[in-house]
This record gives sequence, C-alpha cells and structure tokens, in this order.
Amino acid sequence: MTISPPLDDAPTPQGHDVAYANHSLTGFIIFLCSESVIFLAFFSGYALLKLSALQWLPPGVEGLEWRSPLLYTVVLVSSSGTVALAERCLSRGQLWGFRSFWLLSMAMGAVFLYGQASEWRSLAFGITSGSFGSCFYLLTGFHGLHVLSGILLMALMLQRSFRPANYAAGEQGVIATSLFWHFVDVIWVMLFLLLYAWS
Amino acid sequence: MTSTAGVDSRILRAPHPVPGAPDNWKRFFSFNTDAKVIGIQYIATALFFLLVGGLLAMIMRGELITPEADLVDRTVYNGLYTMHGTIMLFLFIFPVLNGLNNLLIPCMIGAPDMAFPKLNAAAFWMVPVFGVILMASFLVPGGPASSGWWSYPPVSLQNPLGHLINGEALWILAVALSGISSIMGAVNVVTTILRLRAPGMSLGRMPIFCWTALSAQTIQLIGLPALTGGAVMLLFDLVVGTSFYRPEGGGDPVLYQHFFWFYSHPAVYVIILPVFGVFSELFPVYARKPLFGYPFVAGASLVIVGLSLIVWVHHMFPSGVPQWMRDVFMVTTMLIAVPTGIKVFAWLATLWGGKLRLNTAMLFALGGLFNFVFAGVTGIMLATVPVDIHVNNTYFVVGHFHYVIYGAATMGVYAAIYHWFPKFTGHMYYEGLGKLHFLLTFIGTNLNFFPMHPLGLMGMPRRVSSYDPEFAFWNVIASLGAFLLGVSIIPFLLNLVSSWVRGPKSPANPWTAIGLEWLLPSPPPAENFEEHVPTVISGPYGYGTGRPLVEHQAEIERSLLQA
Ligand code: HEM
Ligand SMILES: [Cu+2]
Repeated sequence: MTISPPLDDAPTPQGHDVAYANHSLTGFIIFLCSESVIFLAFFSGYALLKLSALQWLPPGVEGLEWRSPLLYTVVLVSSSGTVALAERCLSRGQLWGFRSFWLLSMAMGAVFLYGQASEWRSLAFGITSGSFGSCFYLLTGFHGLHVLSGILLMALMLQRSFRPANYAAGEQGVIATSLFWHFVDVIWVMLFLLLYAWS
Repeated sequence: MTSTAGVDSRILRAPHPVPGAPDNWKRFFSFNTDAKVIGIQYIATALFFLLVGGLLAMIMRGELITPEADLVDRTVYNGLYTMHGTIMLFLFIFPVLNGLNNLLIPCMIGAPDMAFPKLNAAAFWMVPVFGVILMASFLVPGGPASSGWWSYPPVSLQNPLGHLINGEALWILAVALSGISSIMGAVNVVTTILRLRAPGMSLGRMPIFCWTALSAQTIQLIGLPALTGGAVMLLFDLVVGTSFYRPEGGGDPVLYQHFFWFYSHPAVYVIILPVFGVFSELFPVYARKPLFGYPFVAGASLVIVGLSLIVWVHHMFPSGVPQWMRDVFMVTTMLIAVPTGIKVFAWLATLWGGKLRLNTAMLFALGGLFNFVFAGVTGIMLATVPVDIHVNNTYFVVGHFHYVIYGAATMGVYAAIYHWFPKFTGHMYYEGLGKLHFLLTFIGTNLNFFPMHPLGLMGMPRRVSSYDPEFAFWNVIASLGAFLLGVSIIPFLLNLVSSWVRGPKSPANPWTAIGLEWLLPSPPPAENFEEHVPTVISGPYGYGTGRPLVEHQAEIERSLLQA
C-alpha cells in the first residue's frame, strides 16, 4: 500500500514529515490497546462479583434469554467480514465496491443495536436490580456505545470517500476504523460468553 | 533533506513566532497546537494549582500545630486533606510532568511537534475544565469531597443530603476526566517517541528522559483505563444507585480498591520515572562525565513498568486479602528496589570523581536524590507486611510518600524547570534567588516531613485534626517546616517572572550540554528544526569525550554563535 495523504491532525506535511505518514495509525492502535484495558477491568469486575455473590440473578429472574441475542451476535460478527471485503475492494481501487460493503456493515451494526435496544426493553430487571443488573447494563451499554461510535466513524469515512483526491490508494482512516470494528466485535464475543453462556 | 553541506541559516532565523518570547504572552491563553506553548501552559496551570493545594496544606499544618482542633473542625479537615491530595496529584504533579514532556520530547528527539498537535491541545484544555469542576465542589451544599483522595466506598457513597450534585460526584467526574485527558496525552507521547525520532536516533541513542517518559506513559495507558472504569462505576453507584460496590445489592467495596490501586500504585512511577529521567540528564551535564551504565538505566525503567503493574495489593494488606496474596505482593514490591537501586548506583557512579557545578538546577537534583534515597529506605520498611500493618494508617506513611512526592518528585521538577528555563524562555534565571529557593525547600522538606516518621512509629494516626498532646513536639516542628515550604514559593515565582520578563539573554547552550535541544536557538522556533533535522551519529552523553552528537555539529554551533 502506498503512502496516503496524512489525516487532518497530522502536523503540516513539511520536509521529513512525509516519512512519518503512518503515525496516526500507530497512535490509534496504541489507543485501542489502552481501551481494551477498560473492558478487561469491567470483565474482571464482573467475574469477581459473580464468583463471590450469594445471590447473583435478581429475584424472579431465571436467566437470560440467549436465542435472539445469539442471532444478533451472528449479524455483528459477520459484519467484520463485510468490512474486510470493503477494505479489499478499496485496495483494488473499486470505490463503489468499497462503499457498498461499507454501507452494508454499517447497516449490520445498526441491526445489532436495534436488537440490543429491544432486548433492553423486554428485560424484567433494571440497572439498579443488584450487582448483576448493574453489570449487565454497564457492559452491554458501554459496548453499545462503541458500536455506535464505530458506525459514526464509518459514516465519516464514507463521506470522505466522496472527496476527490482521497482514497486513491487507501486511507489510514479506513484501516483504523476497520481495526476498531474488529475490536468491538471481539469484545462482543467475549461479552456474549460472559453474560449469556457462563451461568 | 538538504542540510548536508553546511548548515542552512534558516534554523536560526526563526521564521515562525517564537513561543517563549514575552511579547507573545497572549498565545498562552489560546488553543495553540505548538507543543512548546502547550508545555508552558501545562506548567503554569500546574504551578497555579500547586499554590492552591499548598494553601490547603498550610491550613492543615496550621490546624496541627496545636493538639486541639481549634482552627477548623473535623469535617472541614476531612475535606481539606481530600482536596489537597487530589489537587496535588491530578492538578499539579501530573500536569507539570505533561508540561515537561511537551517541552522536552519533541526537541530532544528532533521532532517538529508532538504526533497529534490538536489532540495535545485538547488534552491540555481539559485540565482547567476538570480543575474548575473539582474546585466547584467547595461551593456545593455539603462541601467538597471528604473521603480521602482514594475515595473508598462505602464512605464515598454516603450522600446524606440527597443532592445529585455533591462534592463526591464532582470529585469522581473530575478524576474520570483527568484520566481521559491523561490517556490522550499518553497516546501522543508514546506515538511521538516511537515514530518521530530524528534520523540516526535509534532507541539506544535516545536521551534517558525520553526512555522514562515512554515508560511512564506506558503505565498511564495500561493503568488509567482501570481507574477510569472504576471511577465510572463509582459514579453510577453514587448517582444512579447501581450496586457495583454497595454490599446491600451484592456489590463489593474491595473491588473498587483493586481498580484504584491497580492504577494508583503504578502512578507513583508515572511521577517518579520522569524525575529519574531529569536526574539522568542533569548529573552528566553538571559533573561533566558520561552517564554511567546507559543501557542499564534505560532498561531499568522498563523493568519498573513491568513490576509496578503487579504489586498493587501491597496497599490492601489490611483490607482482608488472603495471606498468600500478601506474601506474593510483598516479594514483588521488594523486587522494585533492584532496578531502582541500579539507577541510584549509576547516578552515584556518574557523580563520582566528577567536577560538580553546583548551580540551582544541580542543587535541586542532588537534594532530590538525597530525599529519594531516604524515601526508598522507608519504602522497603513499608513493603514488609508486619511493618505495614503496624504503621499503615499512621503518619509514617504520610512522611514516606511526601518524601517521594515532594522531596524527590517536586524537587526534581524544580531542577528540570531551572535547567531548561533558559532554553525555552531565552532568558537566564537569577542564581541567587534560585539558591535561596533551594535552601528553603530543602530545609523545609526535611523539617516538615522527617518528624512524621517518629510520629508514625509512636502511633499518631493520619487524617486527624486533633491528637494526643504527647505528639505535640514533632508536630510543631513539622508545621514550622511546612510554613518554610510555603515561603519558599515566593523566591521561586519571583525568579520565574522577573527572569522571563527582564533576565539576561540566554545563549543557545548555556550549560554546554549535549543533546539535540541544545542545538536549537533559545527559545526554539515553532517547528524546532523544521525540515533541517540533523542526523544523529552518537549517544547522548559523550561528556568529556569530544565526540560530536550530530553530523556537522561544529557548523551548527558556529552559526548559532553568530546569531
Ligand atoms: C508544603 C507542602 C506540603 C504539606 C505541608 C503537606 C501536608 C499534608 C498533610 C498534613 C496531609 C494530611 C495527612 C493525613 O492526615 O493523612 C497531606 C496529605 C497528602 N498530601 Fe501533602 N503536603 C504537601 C505537599 C504535597 C505535594 C507536593 C503532594 C503531591 C504532589 C502532596 C500529596 C498529598 C497526598 C496524596 C495526600 C493524601 C491525601 C489523602 O489522604 O486523601 N502533598 N499532605
Ligand atoms: Cu504502592
């Protein structure tokens, strides 16, 4: 992949800056590593609370319904695939292919969010129903926020793809966004295992 | 790159406005993306909060000069130490170190700026914002947060007034924002160091300050998300009524302690590592000898990062953790003495037989090293479980950590400010005022914080506004030392302001130091070397060897002299 024009917040491309054109991506990867620690902290908190709880589920709750969440999980995880396809189109210079797969991924993310919202509405417990309720809403809510941010990032990249001179040979922004999307997906799989499968 | 034959005079002409020039003071109040401006913004903001936090400390020591609680009452005192600790850590020491990072790192590695200038400015401007949020807690009903700077639940979850906006909620919000700002800063520092070094500057030729900054900011990246996550959960518990830490709902208060100390123990290395970096920069300059054992000093920082992340439970020995955990964490804690000791010996070997120049910066560095060694001894004592359980909530701990945080860290920061002051303002500071500042600080620190050790061993608890009269003697001495420290700020600020406004002009390299930053004019132009970045050809501490640092160094220096 050839070097693309620097992102907006890169220093003005003067002299030796050209050699540093990839540093935005480096920064983003470092940020993602740091972010994964927040999830790790939440996960270990969840495990600790669950292991030491006398009564874990709120009274009257039998366990979580996992079938439709599993369906939405499949949707979300496959969107990692469509994102990869979009990237492949981009690297081959097929802008319209990129845009359509990208849009499809955004739609799949939105479907996932819709599924989460309807699940929240149907649940018999709230965020204040004991430590399980607190953890459940914190974890799914925080992850949902990430899905939303991912969709917004994708929208931004989509809009940029219509700007001339961009996307001639790929964009760091797209790589960063897709990394973020895969990250969010992996986190969700772990979350699904923790919340729905581990009982 | 065109700078091969002879040096382009453009480095000297400073085509952009010069950040340090006094006629440009307005830029310090703007959203400026130049790392040098941001660095000075950070330092000035931090010094302002040092005054605020110091004022609270003066009130506390005023209260403690007599055994009775006659100046302020118990609840006010709770608010005082909570706010003092929080302000000193989140609004003074971290910002001041971020300021040093911004000033020094790009210049030291030959980068035009930090990797993400806008993110950098945004991270800085969050500091005044959360500063205001934190200070606002003095004005809300119920007063400021008063459950200590660690804000353990269930104490921190008590909200007798039932108001949504209360001191504790503002405290948590400020700490969470500070975490986000610091993560942004850390991403910037690490990316800059990894990606923006000058040609020829391998990691093995990087100044130690950059090594320590890299290590410290790595800790921020790993530790802060845990604290921020834990703080968000605390905020939810307090405001929304969730049960992460509330035992009534199945929550666990000790969980918070894990989050808190997983960050807050390594945080002491976030503070002290850059100060180690400052020592490592200053001793070779003022002793005119190469830094002894460069690879060990650099590598020890990385070892400290690794170890610091696995020792947090030593703060929880009395919190009912299992005995095996106590043993494991006692051993890992003591292991940290090894890399730290390596550094201390490297500095001593550097100083050994050197011809020391005792100007203000060097005095502060030596004084800081002295205090640090003392704190190291009491630190090892605290790491042993039985001693810790004995003195945990006494003044012994307060004495120990103030030796680290004031005696070593703050004095190291002073050393850095004096050493690099001419570079970034273009003016020399006044040695007389500087030495007075040093004398007051060194005597004040030891008078203030040494008595806390005998007090702690005698059993005086911390966080109390009144005490048994048998403790009176040492407390009077401590308070006198504290007031001396309060006075010491006067020559300091006087020096900074008057030297900057009308101090004598500084040459490019007043200390004849080695390092890329000293090849820049004082103050450096906005983009540092611009496109004429010199190629580094040797390590940074070739004192007394006559080895040039960069290609064409002689020509660069000659052209600087003509300017
Ligand atoms: C003139 C200098 C200073 C004086 C006289 C002073 C004095 C005090 C006193 C009396 C306490 C209360 C101890 C207790 O009862 O537990 C305290 C706590 C504390 N100080 Fe300082 N201090 C000074 C400077 C600093 C600096 C520079 C820092 C950090 C950079 C700092 C950080 C702290 C912290 C973190 C606490 C703990 C607060 C808590 O327990 O919640 N102090 N200090
Ligand atoms: Cu510790």
